Amino acid sequence: MNIETKNTLLSDIDPEITERLTVDRRAFFKRSVAGLGALASAPMVLAVTAQQAFGQTLPQDIRDVLNFALTLEHIEDYFYRSGLGQDGLIPPQYLDVFRHIGLHEAQHVALLESVLGADAVARPEIDATAGGQYADVLENFETYLTLSQTFEDLGVAAYKGQAANLIENDDILQTALQIHSVEARHAAMVRRIGGQKPWDDAFDEPMTREEVLQAAQPFLA
Amino acid sequence: MTFDPSRRRVLKWSGATAGIAVAGTLLPNFGISAALAADLGEGDVGVLNYAYALEQLEAAYYTMVLENPYEGMTNEETELLTDIRDHEVAHRDFLAEALGDGAIPALEVDFSAVDFSDRHSVLETAMTFEDIGVSAYNGAGKLLENPDFLLEAGRIVSVEGRHAAAIRDLVNPNSVAFAGPDVVDENGLDVAREPADVLPLIDPFVTTEVTANSLS
Repeated sequence: MNIETKNTLLSDIDPEITERLTVDRRAFFKRSVAGLGALASAPMVLAVTAQQAFGQTLPQDIRDVLNFALTLEHIEDYFYRSGLGQDGLIPPQYLDVFRHIGLHEAQHVALLESVLGADAVARPEIDATAGGQYADVLENFETYLTLSQTFEDLGVAAYKGQAANLIENDDILQTALQIHSVEARHAAMVRRIGGQKPWDDAFDEPMTREEVLQAAQPFLA
Repeated sequence: MTFDPSRRRVLKWSGATAGIAVAGTLLPNFGISAALAADLGEGDVGVLNYAYALEQLEAAYYTMVLENPYEGMTNEETELLTDIRDHEVAHRDFLAEALGDGAIPALEVDFSAVDFSDRHSVLETAMTFEDIGVSAYNGAGKLLENPDFLLEAGRIVSVEGRHAAAIRDLVNPNSVAFAGPDVVDENGLDVAREPADVLPLIDPFVTTEVTANSLS
């Protein structure tokens, strides 16, 4: 653990937090990092540090955005776990791709949960068939692919729509942007597998929280 | 390009602050041509100029790629590369219009390191530019003060992410390369770079000296 690097990163966050940390910075980092194990990297350590320093101090509007994102990540995480657990659904030549996407979604869930701490929403009940609308989603790869693209494009539009709501917190904004572009990579790849263009246009459009939740609602049992 | 109401806001804003000095246009005539040096400026104008510089580079690159197609370029590759060129040109022109008088000059580029007849050379360079672009936008978002600009940057960066994934899949089909461990870390996060770390990466491809003296 390179303490000096962390200090540089800390200069970006609230001076009040930095001041609290100055008291026993080394021990503090040791404690934060030990709890995270091998998953810890700079942005996560920062986020966890911010949370611990104030008890629970992320402003409510930022927590709302992160919980909204966490809900979407839960849906994606569940969707890929279910698909990968279904023998024969995903053709062998695409297994690496879907395992890799599933890994990222699980990492996003873990990251957002660690940032939110006790404020993290519980994993919702999820119905990949959307009440029977996609009844064969776990048997028919075409259906599965359609929903995969839907969730990835939805994720891209959702993060994009929330970025401005994170503008006051540089670390969290940047972390959200770093998730946003990974979702875009997923979307492009899944579209290619489905024989679609990886994009719609030169500009991707955002969606509001309400629009996203309306689209996701059928999958929340 | 279709009309977008948020675009009008950008244009209005840039009109109001057209007086902001961009060093490249103010250089006294000491034998240094404005076209050979460009400081990006400060604040949101500086960030937009930074994006404009990257989009100029990408647009120029794909224009060259399609003017000199490598041997064996498939129809699918031509189609993808044409779309990408059109996107980068649209991004470049969008930013130029938003910046108005505050825009840095057109950059002179140098692609002599690229063998345009060689598929591998062309696609590897494309991958480099796309990944740099994604990391640059990811790192620059926090430098923007105006939420409208942040949204515009967001509308562009995810398309760059899509380009990066598609190019990577052309190089290493059906593998994890589209979002490989070289660009996505163990928290599932893409790369974010500060301007000071991006400019040296594009320096070999840009003849014009681009500086970010006031951009942080």
